[in-house]
Amino acid sequence: MSLWEFANPARFMRISGAALPWVAGLAAVILPAGLAWGFFLTPDDYRQGSTVKIIFVHVPAAMMAINIYGMIVVASLIWLIRRHHVSALAARAAAPIGATMTVIALLTGALWGQPMWGTAWAWDPRLTSFFILFLFYVGYIALWAAIEDPDKAADLTSVLAMVGSVFAVLSRYAVNFWSQGLHQGATLSIDRDQNIDPVFWLPLLACIAGFFLLFLALLLVGTRTEIRARRARALQLAMAG
Amino acid sequence: MAGLRKRRRVRLIVAGLVLLAAAAALVGYAMRDGIEFFRSPSQVVEAPPPPGERFRLGGLVEEGSVVRGQGETVSFRITDGANSIAVTHVGVLPDLFAEGQGVIVTGHLRAGVFEATEVLAKHDEKYMPREVADALKEQGVYRGD
Repeated sequence: MSLWEFANPARFMRISGAALPWVAGLAAVILPAGLAWGFFLTPDDYRQGSTVKIIFVHVPAAMMAINIYGMIVVASLIWLIRRHHVSALAARAAAPIGATMTVIALLTGALWGQPMWGTAWAWDPRLTSFFILFLFYVGYIALWAAIEDPDKAADLTSVLAMVGSVFAVLSRYAVNFWSQGLHQGATLSIDRDQNIDPVFWLPLLACIAGFFLLFLALLLVGTRTEIRARRARALQLAMAG
Repeated sequence: MAGLRKRRRVRLIVAGLVLLAAAAALVGYAMRDGIEFFRSPSQVVEAPPPPGERFRLGGLVEEGSVVRGQGETVSFRITDGANSIAVTHVGVLPDLFAEGQGVIVTGHLRAGVFEATEVLAKHDEKYMPREVADALKEQGVYRGD
């Protein structure tokens, strides 16, 4: 079975319908477990005290915000090149989830920055590019809603997604490009084992897995909804015509 | 026919992406100085800002330089190893402010002293339980606050 089998909407509906309960069930177990582990069963950090627990929401949400944008760009490319409708609809369904993740990351970042840095917001390269990424999410969702013709909407939103990819890459790597910023470097990098103690790392890993599964479940639900809405629209047009 | 159109689309997309990347790189290159969030003490010493200019100064709080107990005023020195600049601040300092730790201050230079209106603490990407840090300190492996 190749990836392109999912391009057939009927087959996608069948496979995703079978997978959805498992993905959703797994997310419903792992996400609360990871968060509870992180919030209640970890010690205080040596410098940040209990404020460090925000990491269990902030880091997974920020990772998902950037990676979901990457997924939208890839799905848009597949739409532009191979014209698979499921791909365009998956990109459309992923956008509100990604935008929500971006908001969560921005809010938890402000809650973390206020006590630790001394400010909730600063126009630091990483924070700024992340905020622009959020604006691109909002613009992307608005463009989908603004254009009546589905294929044209898919074309134009794909182009917009690609332009915004600059800021997705920037917000991921800004801390590497500009060493003179406020935001610290990536904890989960090559020297991870020197940065973070396993006592924080393992629950963080569980939270990242939980956030990913939640995204996957929501994405499947969203894409299935989009396919059904497309079918309903086609039926309506057929009946009217 | 379909294959030809697909190849054309791919070519167009690749050309668009290359142009986009070039535009982004050029903008970043042109603005590389403006994008810098703060200046280091060495940069300020090399190119002294015009009097009264507000800017951000960043570096480490020099060990043993923090003087409190002058009312609400705190003074300390910010160093980057090569150069250091004296800073005064009136007001509350963030939790993570400590000697040897990174800070970013906003304000202006007056007679060689940086008068900061805002002090931000920078924290690093390291996380460790308090007990582990205490144990490491006892063994003399880790020295920090």
